[in-house]
Amino acid sequence: MIPDNQPTRNDDASWVAGHSAGHPGDAPSALGPRPSSLLLDYVLRLADNALVLAQRLGEWVGKGPVLEEDIASTNVGLDLLGQARLWLAYAGEIGGRCEDELAYFRDSADFRNLLLVEQPNGNYADTIARQYLFDQWHVLLLAELATSHDARIAAIAAKALTEVRYHVERSSGWLIRLGDGTALSRARMQAAIDALWMYTGEMFSIDATERVLIDGGIAADSEALHAPWIGALQSVFADATLTVPADPWMQGGRGRGGKQGVHTEHLSRLLAEMQVLPRTYPEARW
Amino acid sequence: MTKPMRHPSATQVAHSPGPTADRTAAIWRALGEVVDPEIPVVSVVELGIVRDIACRDGEWVVTVTPTYSGCPATRVIETDVRAAVAKVTDAPLRIVTVLTPPWSSDWIAPEARRKLAAYGIAPPRHGAASASLPIGFQRTDIRCPNCGSVRSEELARFGSTACKAQYRCRDCLEPFDYFKPH
Repeated sequence: MIPDNQPTRNDDASWVAGHSAGHPGDAPSALGPRPSSLLLDYVLRLADNALVLAQRLGEWVGKGPVLEEDIASTNVGLDLLGQARLWLAYAGEIGGRCEDELAYFRDSADFRNLLLVEQPNGNYADTIARQYLFDQWHVLLLAELATSHDARIAAIAAKALTEVRYHVERSSGWLIRLGDGTALSRARMQAAIDALWMYTGEMFSIDATERVLIDGGIAADSEALHAPWIGALQSVFADATLTVPADPWMQGGRGRGGKQGVHTEHLSRLLAEMQVLPRTYPEARW
Repeated sequence: MTKPMRHPSATQVAHSPGPTADRTAAIWRALGEVVDPEIPVVSVVELGIVRDIACRDGEWVVTVTPTYSGCPATRVIETDVRAAVAKVTDAPLRIVTVLTPPWSSDWIAPEARRKLAAYGIAPPRHGAASASLPIGFQRTDIRCPNCGSVRSEELARFGSTACKAQYRCRDCLEPFDYFKPH
């Protein structure tokens, strides 16, 4: 059985270069034959992380600090956008809405991404810090999801993993270069890490949705990702002469964070720009 | 690594009546002429994008896989595949995209690797799946497609398209594209 053996787009030239038709109603899943709002919620978390970070990285187009980095950050964004489409297509099939609808016609409270990825680009140290903290987690998460009992999740994760391995090589390289660089670059790199640190806790917290899916062998055990994540971080930070922050207070605690749709104000502004065209001209076609 | 591509000499021929087998071979040949729009010297068959061609209940099914999830060429390739198949048969065509197993640059055919180098793109190193280097390390032995030197250095991890990185030759000093091992 090839789980993803179905078209991922049709010939319709719509906003994201074609969308997959939603299949309302029953979607086969490892949870059982009925449509699962838990599964939909979880797939949207995966989709929205990739989509929102892709949009952030796209903001660097034409403004990168050097040409090579302009190209690199937008290429990473492009990979993430591709991954977002794969996740959104799956979410669309579970929930009966098409990929474009999910991307362009949900408001911030319906987005399920981590608070970390919606944080503004800031200076380049801020962008690199956000990217490395996310990439190092993303690579561990996808490696786990590649063995998910949900065959579609496993297939998308295995595909994305090949790309994300490359992302973490780049972002860790820059973290080291800027951290172990000049006094100014080091200070900015450390300040960026310190400022974003409170958004990292959410990556390792488990809420009721995840608990059920972890027990079902579908979702990755977020808590178990923390030890390898912090281990990798300590090694990279040592090379970068940076300090791993000690502050234990984290945003998004008690089940009220990005994964539950409680966002920072930055997401609304990001969505306003990302969604304005299809919302203004909903029937427009390329 | 086993190539997931099936060629007309394999299963299709064995299980199909003559005309279908001939048609299948003709479609493989036609798709062998469809080039990647971003690397116009190698075909989508040589790149390993086309996985399978089969006839099911009067409908042709071409199975493809994306190189990179976000590759903007995917849609153009689909259009070109349709046009190429239409020259061989009037029967309906369905293009199916599969993700498993994920595409690897190891699937690029040997002949295509030579074409890439001749075009100025250093072909990817083999063993892509295990190609990940320790953090902070980079290859300095990618062969320069201009002068053939194996003394090179990475300029940037990403290049003009999703599948390329930028390198520079340390002998002739020319920059060149390197097809990322993936």
